[in-house]
Amino acid sequence: MDEPEIYTRLTKVFRDVFGEDSIQVTPELSADDVDDWDSLAHIRLLLTVEKAFKIKFSTSEVGKLQNVGDLVTLIKART
Amino acid sequence: MNSLYSELQWLPRPPQEFSRMLKALVNSSGPLGRELQSLALHALDLNQLTNLAKAIGRARSDDRSLDPLTPFRLAVLSNSTLDLIVPALVASAARHGIALEVVHPSFEQVAQEALTPDSLVNTSKPDGVLLALDYRALPLKHSLADAEASAATVQGAIGYLQALRDGIKTYSSAVCIFQTFAPPVETLFGSLDRAVPGTLRSIVGSINRELTGYLFASGDVLLDVAGLAETVGLADWHDPRMWNMAKFSFAEELVPLYADHVARMIAAIRGKSRKVLILDLDNTVWGGVIGDDGLEGIKVAQGDATGEAHLAVQRLALDLRDRGIVLAVSSKNTDEVARLPFEQHPEMLLKLEHIAVFQANWNDKATNVQAIADELSLGLDAMVFLDDNPVERGLVRRLLPQVAVPELPDEPAYYARTLTAGGYFEAVAFATEDLKRAVYYQDNAKRATLQRQIGGVDAYLASLGMTITFQPFDATGRARIVQLINKSNQYNLTTRRYTDPEVTAAENDPEVLTLQVRLADIFGDNGMICVVICRPGNVGVWSIDTWLMSCRVLGRKVEHMVLREILQHARAAGIHTLAGTYRPTDRNKLAADHYAKLGFTQVEEEASRTTHWELLVATADPESAPMSVVSLGFAASGTSLV
Repeated sequence: MDEPEIYTRLTKVFRDVFGEDSIQVTPELSADDVDDWDSLAHIRLLLTVEKAFKIKFSTSEVGKLQNVGDLVTLIKART
Repeated sequence: MNSLYSELQWLPRPPQEFSRMLKALVNSSGPLGRELQSLALHALDLNQLTNLAKAIGRARSDDRSLDPLTPFRLAVLSNSTLDLIVPALVASAARHGIALEVVHPSFEQVAQEALTPDSLVNTSKPDGVLLALDYRALPLKHSLADAEASAATVQGAIGYLQALRDGIKTYSSAVCIFQTFAPPVETLFGSLDRAVPGTLRSIVGSINRELTGYLFASGDVLLDVAGLAETVGLADWHDPRMWNMAKFSFAEELVPLYADHVARMIAAIRGKSRKVLILDLDNTVWGGVIGDDGLEGIKVAQGDATGEAHLAVQRLALDLRDRGIVLAVSSKNTDEVARLPFEQHPEMLLKLEHIAVFQANWNDKATNVQAIADELSLGLDAMVFLDDNPVERGLVRRLLPQVAVPELPDEPAYYARTLTAGGYFEAVAFATEDLKRAVYYQDNAKRATLQRQIGGVDAYLASLGMTITFQPFDATGRARIVQLINKSNQYNLTTRRYTDPEVTAAENDPEVLTLQVRLADIFGDNGMICVVICRPGNVGVWSIDTWLMSCRVLGRKVEHMVLREILQHARAAGIHTLAGTYRPTDRNKLAADHYAKLGFTQVEEEASRTTHWELLVATADPESAPMSVVSLGFAASGTSLV
């Protein structure tokens, strides 16, 4: 899957997870930028990403993610 | 994963605009309760549930009313992470008409919270405590093939659970909701695990059996999580990755399903379970269209796949009727054509005698459903409407949003399963009276016929040969008393809901007069039809805290006879005044003139339209009705026949 397609789908995922239609997903976006992005929302986010892209992350991969850019790299490697 | 369950497919899909609708609602200034409930009535996923719960939280912190949702404070004790589950519980509760507030201490604080008087849980005065434990919370010792040690392990686990319960019961008056334990997937031997004592599968199975037996006797509530996990499949239920990552005790995809089951249980505790199943006929009760296909053409026979699917719907309807659910029919048909299969088709399981109200005409279904509710004197929120036609479902949902309307799949083989998956008739207790309820409604129809034949009401009442029996609350009647207190909406003066422990407290308090009232007549036993609680007020005054009556016996002057009985006890106790209260709800208009009719004088009307009434015991002389009176088991006055 190419990057623009991944970002389009990720934007929908972020909006569903945070219930906020104004979120713009960029590579630099991280938990510091979104109010409700705490550790539990993070798990909800990853689970929703897994469902949206029909992939599964391993426990160790989840621990290493720093921002959306990392996440996109991971998705790209799997799809 | 079976999508019927994991995706709550008995509920309609959420609208595309869900987020926007939610946001618009939060920013509006109108009433919220019903609107939040109507959004919650869709098959929401975890994200949507979380966002809905956030909206409810915001409304609460802004002090906005959530009426007419019924408040319920639930404390949850768990050995797993609840943070994903709590918002799902709040949103799912709104779906079932409950404004849920959840108190949850950090996880792994189960015993401390239950056993310490000033713990968060015990000081928060919860209405209910949910023990959301999974098998990893139990003190389980491995003692393979040692039957005695295994039995000791089971007893140890049950003892631990009982200790938690006793702690909660000592320090709060909450009703306890226990869960059965979903057995782990991983076996040690394989099939032999079920037979060898000491394997996890065998121990967890034994604990579930013991726990169920214990709860049946203690009056606590059981949430059968093991049954739920088996229904969806243990391998889908348990997700070790989620346990390792965040201590989630079951797969996150099943949180909406679990939350709905908790919510329907709370709704059942608050008396919100449904009472009536309204059936469409063509392509629901039988395959095909009776008006087109004729008696020979409709599919309703064994040996035909479509016929068997519809027979399964009939079988389920009959079984529900046997446990007290009232059946009605709403069909777009000419009346005599619709009745034909019931009267003449040899394979039909449902007969006309099973149907309390039969509405076959060409009116729209919403009008018919309303007519059925009116005829049964039950609210629309007691109704479930089963129809294969999405247009009819949509119409009833839109015009009568209080009616539950399950979505149905295209394949009729799944109709019966889908109806049960919705959990509309969830019960927390089962009293023998329930078995007879469907029959009562039909007997009432018979009584009405007799009334028409006889003419005068008084002559009719005399002809019924009624016997009214009064008793104080006792252990035998308690389950039914709790049920009536939590279910009765219409002839209920104060609509105060009490849990089993609260009822037991009233029962044991010598200062409180409690009455359970039964009525029998020539048609049979009506069972318990009235509950009264009088509490001491000012010196010489009894305040009537609770007075409710079953609508089945209205118009028989039962209320006059109950008042006569209360007065007799009041005189014996030296009471000079009875104080009554009528708290209006949108369901109990029926009881508005109750106290006026009985000769009470109104002394006050609050801004909330709650009215207060008084009756002087010395001069009160309510009308008597033609029935024999039996008064049993009262300590002070002994047994007396009036």
